[in-house]
Amino acid sequence: MLTLLFDGIAYGMLLFILAVGLCVTMGLMNFINLAHGAFAMLGGYLTVALMQRHDVPFLVCLPLAFLVSAVVGVLLERTLYRTMYKKPHLDQVLFSIGLAFMAVASADYLMGSQQQIMQLPDWLRGRTELFVDSPFVLGMGHYRLFIIAVCAALTVGLQYVLSATRFGSRLRASVDDPRVASGLGINVNVVFAATFAVGSGLAGLGGALGAEVLGLDPTFPLKFMVYFLIVVAVGGTTSITGPLLAALLLGIADVAGKYYIPKLGAFIVYTLMIAILIWRPQGLFVRQGGKS
Amino acid sequence: MNAHKSLLQAARWRPLELAFWVLAFVSPWAVAQHALIINEIAIVALFAVSLDLVLGYTGIVSLGHAAFLGFGAYAAALFAKHIHPDPLLGLCVGVVVATLLGAVCSLSIMRGTDLTRLMVTLGTALILLELANKYSDLTGGADGLQGVIMGPLLGKFEFDLMGQVSAWYSLTVLLLFFVLARRLVHAPLGGTLKAVRDNRLRAMAIGVPVASRIAVVYTVAAGVAGGAGALMAQTTGFASLDVFALDRSADVMLMLAMGGVGWLYGGIVGAIAFKLMYDVIAGITPQYWTFWIGLFLVVLVMVGRERLIRPWTWFSTKRQEGAV
Repeated sequence: MLTLLFDGIAYGMLLFILAVGLCVTMGLMNFINLAHGAFAMLGGYLTVALMQRHDVPFLVCLPLAFLVSAVVGVLLERTLYRTMYKKPHLDQVLFSIGLAFMAVASADYLMGSQQQIMQLPDWLRGRTELFVDSPFVLGMGHYRLFIIAVCAALTVGLQYVLSATRFGSRLRASVDDPRVASGLGINVNVVFAATFAVGSGLAGLGGALGAEVLGLDPTFPLKFMVYFLIVVAVGGTTSITGPLLAALLLGIADVAGKYYIPKLGAFIVYTLMIAILIWRPQGLFVRQGGKS
Repeated sequence: MNAHKSLLQAARWRPLELAFWVLAFVSPWAVAQHALIINEIAIVALFAVSLDLVLGYTGIVSLGHAAFLGFGAYAAALFAKHIHPDPLLGLCVGVVVATLLGAVCSLSIMRGTDLTRLMVTLGTALILLELANKYSDLTGGADGLQGVIMGPLLGKFEFDLMGQVSAWYSLTVLLLFFVLARRLVHAPLGGTLKAVRDNRLRAMAIGVPVASRIAVVYTVAAGVAGGAGALMAQTTGFASLDVFALDRSADVMLMLAMGGVGWLYGGIVGAIAFKLMYDVIAGITPQYWTFWIGLFLVVLVMVGRERLIRPWTWFSTKRQEGAV
């Protein structure tokens, strides 16, 4: 019971790190980016390849995954994505699905279509059990504990940057109303490029962390696209707590659903999402006042 | 010329259209060895026309249109297997069932932004996929529903291996639904749909009942997609889980984008182009054809969808407006 909750939280935290970049880009430029999962896949493959072929330690791989995805993200943003912001949503959907298709086929070509296996370092394997004798046994895999710790630290960091720094207030202003923000002398383009880079970087990091939990194969961007979008749609795009709560909810619902009713697991998640979206089309946790 | 006349003018059948349909109906006979692919094209064209009603004419971005295709396909296949093998009855069942589903689902797309609708439509298709997977006793699960044997068409024409009968059958149904859709978009109802697409707020202000219009067109489009699904199940004698898959919805959206949205022939032209392109690319690199499809999509959007179907604008320097 508690173990399930624990796994669900780990899963949810991972989803949050993967999707938070998507939330901000969607909120900032109203851009529907279905190719976000490709950055996560990039981070995952990079980590696997570095660890297997060059024996780079796991902890070195994580920042590398972040950096490379961020750089690729900012390059793509400057060259391709920029031209898409003004276009209708249909164009954006087609464009980003096209990118996702290309990423899937390229990964297949470069790394093969099989599932990649991640060799975790020894200190992350194993499992600690608490309350063994009580009815609420809590079994914590060390790796999941590590994921929760990293993601929680990142979340706190993000929240700090957003709420207490100058960049954060610029970003919030740009999300609320880009036109007025640029009127106030904020260079929305630069803010956006930086955010896009960080968002892609975080997705890459999430992909690297999640390669073991979520599984990594070339269809990753399409398989998890739905989950990222659920987090964004349910959590809303105006704050960072909304997506966090949505991701945790999704993670717990998914893990619990798959455990208790194995064949209907995903069914529950989708039904829940549709119900929530019909009930509150703008997302569950929308801050009042901002331009939605 | 007054408004009434010019509207009638726009709705009139042109000689070129008639020529196109004559050509389409002659094709299974003229190139009999390609009858199977003509059948496939007719079916996906019908599916694309259905999406065009929703996406091109009403402006609802749907990434889950395969829900209705799949529902129609399973309904027709199950009907043929368990109740009666007559194709026309099965087609009706597929259409009616999908229409009902569309009427229910239309309630879910009334509110929210494009993203919300995208997610809700996508979610509907995924839920149906999960259900079809779960009730494997009925649907055959991941193995697909096998053993669907169709009776002869109109009691006379057996479905042959060459696929000529299926091709004519699908083309006839396509023409039927196409005429219906054509009537619909040229009727005043179609005009109000375009108004809803272009500016929902203003449409509401001039008294267009937006919610009921969206419900009507979504329901009709669902029925047409169900018809396409029924044709698919009947002419292949098979229904599998991939009829609900995201790829289907994405592919049909691509076809429509290739042919041009908001133009009924766009779906048909796109379906022909897509199938031919798929055949060529998959012939060269069967494993990596998605890469080229993806590249094509990216390039298509970068140069502008409007320009691709109008080659005479390629070299003009006039700036194109992005909005459709």
